[in-house]
Amino acid sequence: MARITASVYTSHVPAIGAALDLGKAGEPYWQPLFAGYEFSKRWIQEHAPDVIFLVYNDHATAFSLELIPTFAIGTAAQFAVADEGWGARPVPTVIGHPELASHIAQSVIQDDFDLTIVNQMDVDHGLTVPLSLMYGQPQAWPCPVIPFAVNVVQYPVPSGRRCYLLGQAIRKAIESFDAPLKVQIWGTGGMSHQLQGPRAGLINQQFDAMFLDRLIADPAGLAAVPHIEYVREAGSEGIELVMWLIARGAMADIHGGKPPRVAHRFYHVPASNTAVGHLILENQA
Amino acid sequence: MALDKPYLDVPGTTIFDAEQSRKGYWLNQFCMSLMKAENRVRFKANERAYLDEWAMSEEQKQAVLARDLNRCIALGGNIYFLAKIGATDGKSFQQMAGSMTGMSEEQYRDMMVNGGRSVEGNRYIGEKK
Repeated sequence: MARITASVYTSHVPAIGAALDLGKAGEPYWQPLFAGYEFSKRWIQEHAPDVIFLVYNDHATAFSLELIPTFAIGTAAQFAVADEGWGARPVPTVIGHPELASHIAQSVIQDDFDLTIVNQMDVDHGLTVPLSLMYGQPQAWPCPVIPFAVNVVQYPVPSGRRCYLLGQAIRKAIESFDAPLKVQIWGTGGMSHQLQGPRAGLINQQFDAMFLDRLIADPAGLAAVPHIEYVREAGSEGIELVMWLIARGAMADIHGGKPPRVAHRFYHVPASNTAVGHLILENQA
Repeated sequence: MALDKPYLDVPGTTIFDAEQSRKGYWLNQFCMSLMKAENRVRFKANERAYLDEWAMSEEQKQAVLARDLNRCIALGGNIYFLAKIGATDGKSFQQMAGSMTGMSEEQYRDMMVNGGRSVEGNRYIGEKK
């Protein structure tokens, strides 16, 4: 059977992708940020997944206002890298895992989560920046990726609680797939940031530290935090953090297993307009 | 019964909800069209003519021509869509965000490097700083 080995959490700031693509990663502004991912790049070589289930949000790229799915699972064989207006990032095409993705869709929908199934979709920085942070700049991504897009653009976005429960259903789905695959689930976006209006530039390090602490030790309590607290405390775009709860809900301790091991924790301000947070949690046998 | 909108008292912030989305539908769809390189070229060649192809209000068109992102947002624009205009102009997300704060580009960049805008005094409209 397939099993979830670990979860990875990271911000997905577009400027990080641009810094890598333009060869600026060694500059003093960016060096402290990329230094925080050196451990992670070694870790993922030693803990290579067979498949990544990658929770992210589309930023008005694949989904315009014509269609706004709350939860969308990519079941295609591959996903092209989008041109978001600056030209497409020079990164490899993302290879999917249609068999596992379809299996998850069937299982999760039968568990009462109404996913939208997507067989044609370009993926934006929300998905490719986390891959770049963990893998650097390879010729091809080392494993298949199942894109899972969450609406956090048009309010209301799904609640933290809904995301946390969805993660639990995703775990059940993955662990009933009849192949010996090591699967990682990644939750991306955040941390505190606001990109609009006179309050743009908001950062709340205290909130972010609290969020990381509770994500590790009190995910059920954290899942009860309402939208308005994210908006007020972490900025209007800080609400992306609900996506981290999907990955957290899929970890073993939520299902009677041992608490995860914190393999890595990193926090840095700023990347462009945003506070960057990063965690790696391993399931323990 | 009216919908609960607890986010209306957050200062300097417009939540892109269904009402804003309805107001801004064509403004945002125009922005979306700038995802295609050929449309970016056509827009830059004659902005007014390109905008006139869309069912946007005159106010929305003027706000785009003036690159007044706060005005665009008040008229239903969403920042992720509006970012396509900035991309067409060769602006970074930081330049766009900073342009809405009344700060110079340099002041905004320095604020971010120094830890960003504090949440203290910025949680509620009318709150004492």
